[in-house]
Amino acid sequence: MRIPIETFRLQNGLFVTLSEDHTAPIVAVNLWYHVGSANEPPGRTGFAHLFEHMLFQGSADVEANEHFELVQRAGGTLNGSTWLERTNYFETVPSNQLALALWLEANRMGKLLPAMTQQKLDTQRDVVKNERRWSMDNQPYGTWIEKLPALVFPEEHPFHHSLMGSMEDLSAASLDDVAQFFATYYTPDNAVLSIAGDFEPTEAKRLVEEHFGGIPAGQGKPPLPDMSLPPVFGQWKREVVPDDVMLPRLFLAFRTPAFGTAGYYPASVAGAVLGLRNASRLRRRLVRERQVAAEAVAFTFDLAKGSDLFVVDVTARPNITPEQLEQEVAYEIDTVVRDGVTDAEVQRAVALIQTMFVSSMQEAGERADKLSMFATYFGKPELINDEVDRYRAVTTDQVNEFIRERLGENNRASLLYVPRDESAVEAAVEAV
Amino acid sequence: MASATKGMRPVPGAPREYHFPRFERRTLDNGVRLVVAPVKKLPLATVVALVDAGAVCDAPGCEGTAQLVARLLIEGTEQYDGAELTEQFERLGASIDASADWDSAAVTMTSLAEHLPAAFALLGQVIRTPAFRAREIERLKAERLAELLQLRTEPRGLADELFSRFLYIPSSRYARPDGGDEKSVDPIDRENILTFYESRYAPASLTLIVVGDVTVDAAEAMVRDAFGDWKGAAPHTMVAIDDPARVDRAVHLIAKSDAPQSELRIGHVGLPRNHPDFFAVNVMNAVLGGLFNSRINLNLREVHGYTYGAFSAFEWRRQAGPFVVHTAVKSDVTDAAAREILLEIDRIRAERISADELSLATSYLDGVFPIRFETTAAIAAALSVLVIHALPEDYYDRYRENVRAMTTERIFAAAQRYLRPESLQMVVVGDPATVRKPLESMQFGQLTVYDTQGHPIL
Repeated sequence: MRIPIETFRLQNGLFVTLSEDHTAPIVAVNLWYHVGSANEPPGRTGFAHLFEHMLFQGSADVEANEHFELVQRAGGTLNGSTWLERTNYFETVPSNQLALALWLEANRMGKLLPAMTQQKLDTQRDVVKNERRWSMDNQPYGTWIEKLPALVFPEEHPFHHSLMGSMEDLSAASLDDVAQFFATYYTPDNAVLSIAGDFEPTEAKRLVEEHFGGIPAGQGKPPLPDMSLPPVFGQWKREVVPDDVMLPRLFLAFRTPAFGTAGYYPASVAGAVLGLRNASRLRRRLVRERQVAAEAVAFTFDLAKGSDLFVVDVTARPNITPEQLEQEVAYEIDTVVRDGVTDAEVQRAVALIQTMFVSSMQEAGERADKLSMFATYFGKPELINDEVDRYRAVTTDQVNEFIRERLGENNRASLLYVPRDESAVEAAVEAV
Repeated sequence: MASATKGMRPVPGAPREYHFPRFERRTLDNGVRLVVAPVKKLPLATVVALVDAGAVCDAPGCEGTAQLVARLLIEGTEQYDGAELTEQFERLGASIDASADWDSAAVTMTSLAEHLPAAFALLGQVIRTPAFRAREIERLKAERLAELLQLRTEPRGLADELFSRFLYIPSSRYARPDGGDEKSVDPIDRENILTFYESRYAPASLTLIVVGDVTVDAAEAMVRDAFGDWKGAAPHTMVAIDDPARVDRAVHLIAKSDAPQSELRIGHVGLPRNHPDFFAVNVMNAVLGGLFNSRINLNLREVHGYTYGAFSAFEWRRQAGPFVVHTAVKSDVTDAAAREILLEIDRIRAERISADELSLATSYLDGVFPIRFETTAAIAAALSVLVIHALPEDYYDRYRENVRAMTTERIFAAAQRYLRPESLQMVVVGDPATVRKPLESMQFGQLTVYDTQGHPIL
C-alpha cells in the first residue's frame, strides 16, 4: 500500500501536502502548528492548550462558535488537539465543501485577533479548568499524564511541565498572552497543511493559494533549548501517589530513542511485544498466568525531540499490594532484559502493527494527520509510505539490543498509585 | 456583522453522489446467515460474528452470564488453550475482540485480506468449540469483579451504572449492568456458562457480517467451511422489561466527598429502536443535546463555562433504553447546571425550534453520512445494527431522505410526546457538603443520599 503524495510550499512558508483518493466523496483538511506545551514560557503552563480552545472562538469573519456550526452544517466533523510539541486542527467534510474548510482555517490563521475578547477568554478558561477536573482531578489515576513527565524530565526541560497546566497559571493567562502567542507561533511558516481525499489537485492548489497566500510569514520563533538528554536516567526514580483509587497501578517509564529515529522502531516493536493486545508478554504473564494484574499495556509517547518515553502501565488485581505489583512487573522486565524476546513474539508484534496501520489509513483524516506529522517533524511527508517497511525491517536482535540497553535498572522511573484510604478498599473488597 | 461578511464565504459545489456500500445476503441450509459488503479500498477485511445472545438473555440472579460467555469464546477452544488461541490470531496480525451488549454477542475481527481464510477458520472454532475451561472462567469473573471495584471511585462509570439502576424497575434486566454486578457474577459457575451457551449459540442465531476486500462467493466459501456442518435448533428471541422504576421526579445523590466536580445524569426511560418516530426523535435530540452546537452544550459550556461538555442521547435498544443528559460540572454550580438542563428540556417542548436549528441538524446528519462509513469496521457495525433490529434492507439508502424530510412541526410533536419532564430522574455523583442543600432547594423531587454501592445513607 502506497498513498500518492504531492507537496509544495507557498511564498509565505506554508508547507502543503496533498494526497488524492476518490473512493468516497470525502476530503480531510489538517493543519499542524509546530508549537505545543514545550514552547510555553514560565508561569504559563497550559497556555498552548487554552489557546487551542480560543481558536474555536471565531475570527475576523467568523462569529464565536460559528466555526463548529459552519463545519457541522456542511456535514463535516472537526476538532483540535494539543500535545507537547505540536497543536493540530482538522476537519473532514464532504468533498464539495473543501473551500469552506480551507477558508475557515485561513481566516483564523490570518485574522484571529479581532475576534478575541476578555469574556471569551474567561469562559474558555472556565471550560479548560473543567476539562482538567474532568480528565485529571476527578478521575482515578488521572494525574499520571502530568506526574510522569514531571518525574522523568529534568525541571528545566520543556517536556517537564504540565500540558493541561496548573489552575494558577490558567488564571493568570491574559489577552496579551493570546496576542503574543498568536503572532509568534500561528504563522504560515510554522505550519503544515495537509489535504487528503476526494479533491482535484489544480483546484485544491488554487484554493490554498487564494486563502492562505496573503497571510504574512512570521518573524521567527524563539528556539527551544537543547532537548537532548543522556540515554538513561542513571538511576531508578520513584514516586508514590496516594489517590482516591481502589487498585494500585504502576506506570513504569524508560527513556528511549526519539520518535522517528532508527532506534525508535525497535523500541516501538518492543512496546508491542510487551504490551499490545492479548497475546503480549505482559498480558500473558501478569494477567493470564500469574493473575496479579487486571490490565497490562505498554506504549511510547512518540516524542520527536531529544528522547522519547516508553511506558509500561499495569493495574493490580484486588488483594495485590503495591509492593507486589512493582515486584511482579520488575521481574518480567528483568526477565526480558536477561533472556530477550523471541522471533515469534517480534513477528506477532509487527503483524499487528501492520494491520493497525493499514486499517488507520482507511480514514482520510488519519492520512492527513500522519502526513502533517511527518512533514512537521521531519520535513518529509513521504515517510508515511516507509512506515510499514521500517517496522518489517526490525529484527529480533535489534529489539533485544534495545531492551538490554534501555530497560535496565539504571533507566527506570516508577510512578506508583496507591489507594489513599485502605479501610475503604477493604470494606469494598469485603462487599464483593 | 455576520450578514455583512456572509458574502465572502465559499459556496459549495454540487455534492458528489454517495451510496452506502452494496451488500448481499445469503443463508446456509443450517440457518447460518451471511451479510457481505465487498469494499475494495484497502487489502483489509472486518468480520463480525453476531449472535442473538445479549445480556437480555441472562437468567435472573445470574446477570453477567452473557458477557462472560462472549468474552470466554476467545479464551480457549477444544483445540487451543487461551494463550495459544490469541497467539494464533495475533500472529496473523488479526485483532480479535468479543463482548456482549444488551441485544447481542459479537466477536469482531479485523485482518489483512490475505490472512482472512486462516483467521476465519479460527473464528469457526471460537464460535463452535469454546472450551470454557474452569481456570479461564474464574479469571474472567475475577476481572469483572475488579472492574466493578474500580467503578466505586470512577465517577463517570458510577453515575452511568446507578442512573440505570434508579431508572428501571428492579425486575428489569436494564436495571443492572450488562456485565452483571457483584451479587450476580459471583455465583455464576461453569454449569451456568454451558447452559447459556448451549441454549443461545446455534446456527440460526448466528449472522456473519463480512466487509472488505473480499467477494461474496469467497466469503460464502469461508463461512461454509467454518460453519456449514454446524447443527442445532434456533432459540427464541428474548426481550427485556423496560418499565420505569417510578413515575415522579427524584434526586439520587451518590456521595463522593471532596469531589471537585459533579457527574450529572438527568433523564427517563426512552424509546425502543424500532419506534416509528425514530428519525424525528434523533433530529430533535441533535438540536437539544446531540451536537456540539446543540442547545444544552452551548448553554452549559459556551455561555456559562460550567463544563467541558454537556450532551443528551437516546440509547437505542430492542426495548426502551434510557434518554439521558450527561455532563460533569464544577461542584458549586451543580444546581445551576441542572436548572439550565431542565429549562432546555422545557423550552424545546414549549416552542418550535427555528428553521435554522432544524437545518443545522438535518444538514449535518445528511452530510456526515458518508464520513461515518470510511472503515470496514464502521460499515460492519452499521450492518450489525441492521441485523439486530431487523431494519429494512434499504434503511441506509433511505436514511438521508428520511432526515431531510424532517419538519419543525414533527420535531415539536416528538419533543412534546417523548420528553417527559414530570418523570425525570436526576443522578449526581458529587460532594454532599457542597451540592446537597442547593439541590434540595431546587425542589426538583425527593432527594436521597447513597453510598457508592447505591445503598441509602442518612
